[in-house]
Amino acid sequence: MIQPIALEIIVVCLGIFLLMMEAFSTKASKTPLAYAAILGLSVVFVLTFFIQPAAAGLQDSGFYVLDPLGLFFKRFALVATVVTLVLALDYLPIIQRLVPGERPGAGSGEFFILPVFTCAGLMWMASAADFIVIFCALELVTISLYIQVAYMRRSIASLEAGTKFLILGALSTGFFVYGITWIFGTVGQTGLEAIRQVLPGLPEASHPALIFGVALVLVAIGFKIAAAPFQFWVPDVYQGAPTPITAYLAVASKAAGFVVLIRVLEPFFTVIAFQEKLFLVLMLLAGMTLVFGNLAAIPQTNFKRLMGYSSIAHAGYLLMGLSAIGDSFAGRAVVFYLCGYLLMTFLSFLILVPVTKASGGDDIANFNGLARRSPGLALAMLIAAASLAGLPFTVGFFGKFFIFQVAMKQELFGLVILGILTVACGFYYYFKVIRAMYWQPATEDASPVSVSGLSKLAIVVCSALILILGFYPQLLIKILP
Amino acid sequence: MSSLSPLLFLILVPILSAALIMAGANPRFTALIGSLVNVLLFGALIFFFNPLQEGFQFVSSFPVVPDLGIGFTLGADGLSMVMLFLSVVVTLAAIAVARTPVDGARWFYASLLFISAGVVGAFASVDVFFFYMFHELALIPTFLLIGIWGSGDKQAAAWKATIYLATGSFVLLLGLIGLYLIQPVDARSFDLREIVAHADAGLIYDSPVVYLLLLFGFGILVSLFPFHTWAPQAYASAPAPAAMLHAGVLKKFGLYGLLRIAVPVLPESIQEFLPLLLVLLIGNILYVGYITIAQRKLDWMLGYSSVMHMGYIFLGFAALNQISLTGASVMLLSHGLTVAALFALCGEIRERTGTLDFSELGGLARTAPRLGLAFGFAAMASVGLPGFIGFAAELMVFFGSFAGAPPAMGVFDGKEVFAFNFLQIGTICAVWGIVISAIYMLRAYRRIFMGPLNDSWTSIGDLNGVPRAAIVLIIGIMLFFGFFPQILVNLITPALILP
Repeated sequence: MIQPIALEIIVVCLGIFLLMMEAFSTKASKTPLAYAAILGLSVVFVLTFFIQPAAAGLQDSGFYVLDPLGLFFKRFALVATVVTLVLALDYLPIIQRLVPGERPGAGSGEFFILPVFTCAGLMWMASAADFIVIFCALELVTISLYIQVAYMRRSIASLEAGTKFLILGALSTGFFVYGITWIFGTVGQTGLEAIRQVLPGLPEASHPALIFGVALVLVAIGFKIAAAPFQFWVPDVYQGAPTPITAYLAVASKAAGFVVLIRVLEPFFTVIAFQEKLFLVLMLLAGMTLVFGNLAAIPQTNFKRLMGYSSIAHAGYLLMGLSAIGDSFAGRAVVFYLCGYLLMTFLSFLILVPVTKASGGDDIANFNGLARRSPGLALAMLIAAASLAGLPFTVGFFGKFFIFQVAMKQELFGLVILGILTVACGFYYYFKVIRAMYWQPATEDASPVSVSGLSKLAIVVCSALILILGFYPQLLIKILP
Repeated sequence: MSSLSPLLFLILVPILSAALIMAGANPRFTALIGSLVNVLLFGALIFFFNPLQEGFQFVSSFPVVPDLGIGFTLGADGLSMVMLFLSVVVTLAAIAVARTPVDGARWFYASLLFISAGVVGAFASVDVFFFYMFHELALIPTFLLIGIWGSGDKQAAAWKATIYLATGSFVLLLGLIGLYLIQPVDARSFDLREIVAHADAGLIYDSPVVYLLLLFGFGILVSLFPFHTWAPQAYASAPAPAAMLHAGVLKKFGLYGLLRIAVPVLPESIQEFLPLLLVLLIGNILYVGYITIAQRKLDWMLGYSSVMHMGYIFLGFAALNQISLTGASVMLLSHGLTVAALFALCGEIRERTGTLDFSELGGLARTAPRLGLAFGFAAMASVGLPGFIGFAAELMVFFGSFAGAPPAMGVFDGKEVFAFNFLQIGTICAVWGIVISAIYMLRAYRRIFMGPLNDSWTSIGDLNGVPRAAIVLIIGIMLFFGFFPQILVNLITPALILP
């Protein structure tokens, strides 16, 4: 049997090993690094199945838990990182063009190695049960992402995105630390389990201070999951970052944010005095995020920006599910939605990368006539768009259905109505992509878009999973924590 | 898991045909063979169907989300058999009259087949959830069909229809979730049989909110006034086969759903909101009817006329008695066939003349007498002339709705006198609709086929070949059931569950 902590250690060692390889290898091509990383992470993914998650609650230490939820999100992070690396392999020519170096290929090695460290951070975050550990894991993730976002040094947009992400990220970190100090000041603990035990006996007088602390923490997590009104960084960063990193941000970073949110709020939900206020805050956040994300997505013409706003919108539906956490199914509904979101977001980006390479841009207009250029790719994008919009027989539909179902059960009718209205907006902007692919004629030099073998495999797997889970979601529900 | 339902093949044949087409088979030939196979399959099913047996037949069930009581359950009773019949016949006709487009023929036929698979799946579903999911299968194909191969302001039409249908379907989804939640906690299910059983046992709270969600959700999909504006535009722009499938079959989904779900489960709410529904359906019949008269182009006129006729079916639904509900169900079939024939002929005319403007057409019956005859038949069927199935349907709806509620007694001049109740007033207004439809249909016929022949149309060809066979098939069916409507009534009556 493997110690649970071994997983993260292996991933970190893998990262260091790859860094050494990069430093001492004389080969110009850096792709072996990516393949090594993919292979290594896949091995770790297999190893996760040899680990027995303990029942929720404390293990031997107070800061690291391995409950089913944590284990599930470790796998989630590993899968997301592997797909990101596949994307990065495809994206390599653009990186090489935009990263200065004396020799061709110089400076592109770290692009494959940094995600490995991010992955380690994400995996830690999934198991973190103490504010200090959460903070460290969060920083590991965020700092490695700062570099990845600003990686394309010759692209002004990428640098701008990196700066913006750095400044606003640092600000949110500040909020987080400040919030932790307030919580620690009133409760005297940083461990979540310890806080849970102390909370019921807390004198009434210290409630305001505690709530202030929780609110500050919520601000910081709101930044991570891109919930309105903390979403300002999203469109610019998503547009400027290298496409694989955009996908990584959209999926892994957001999912980790939700895990932290679930974990952090859990002890506070046990106290009646806080429940009402927290639900109110969550509902407000959900409502604002839904409205902002969906409305602002409507006029977008750039695909990555559109996906940025779409990721805000999806955060809204996820928050809606969290607001209904009182229902026994709500947790699983949220996790199900996140898994569906992983599939459809990665699928869209997997298609965007070759399309960008072939047509030289990432506007929606670059998809024009894709149905004639490469019908297969267009069909896959059709599936992704349908799923993002929430059409039946895709996983996106079941995700939305479960969320709406638990929200209705908890009688959050206001949110549900907002949800319906915003879903209608969603149809408009996702169908814009379908329109570009099928209605618009292609440009003159319309040759088929070439896709590498590994991406092709990933595209087929994602599309197939979206459709299969869209017909038989039980397959996934069964293994949800 | 019980044995495999033969209905599954009815759904799979169009999907497999579409897959074959995408894989490289001859699009038109494959689509035609696929839809023909489906008609034959359906014929075989009719042979094995026992009309005397109560409840659903050919049932097979496969649990999909057991926690929520969702299962992929297929089955058919008399009413669904009638709707399945409509689906397979109209699919065959639509593909037969389709003109293979120069560009993207594969996507064109695959989209048509996907709509067909969607409607067949919807009508063959016993599970409310899958009933809903299958309907949505048609959304993207419709968007593509109108947007790529449509005519006129096709992009606006496609957007409008898509947004309306998507919004409507999510309202409907809320209604279905509501329907799920008003069931007793430990026995919640999406299986129609169980929902109806709960309702019979009085375990379901007759929630007005759920009813309104269902009414407006289904209503938007059926183009209930005032949510009808997407329909005429979409049908006017859509290529003929898409309009046939959409107006003829897919739109019946909403009313079928109301008959199937709302009638047995939420009868009190239907009664409670009767005045509201009456006002809306009179809007469908009279307001949209007058707009139909004002149309100057055949495709728009047919689009509005199909919206208008929905009012009659809503009337039959609202009256909530045996005769009116049977009439409404028969009308689902009759209107589906009629409007499919009309849109097919409309497409044929457009194919020959390139215009559908009444002011530019005229005298076509001279050069294309068969086309004129067929259009005359279809127009008369639409008006509801005796001998066509529409007559039987309208008669039952009007009789049923007029007798639908006890007469209101009023006091006049100190004496108690007979007064009309709401439903009767509504019925009287609705009957006026027959006059309206006679006006616009006859006028359209006169403008297109009578009068002086425009020189440019002297050499147009008559109806022939496969399209002619398809249209003759539809008209033949309309006449056959017009003379023997009791076949339909016998099939449908046991399936209707009255509160």
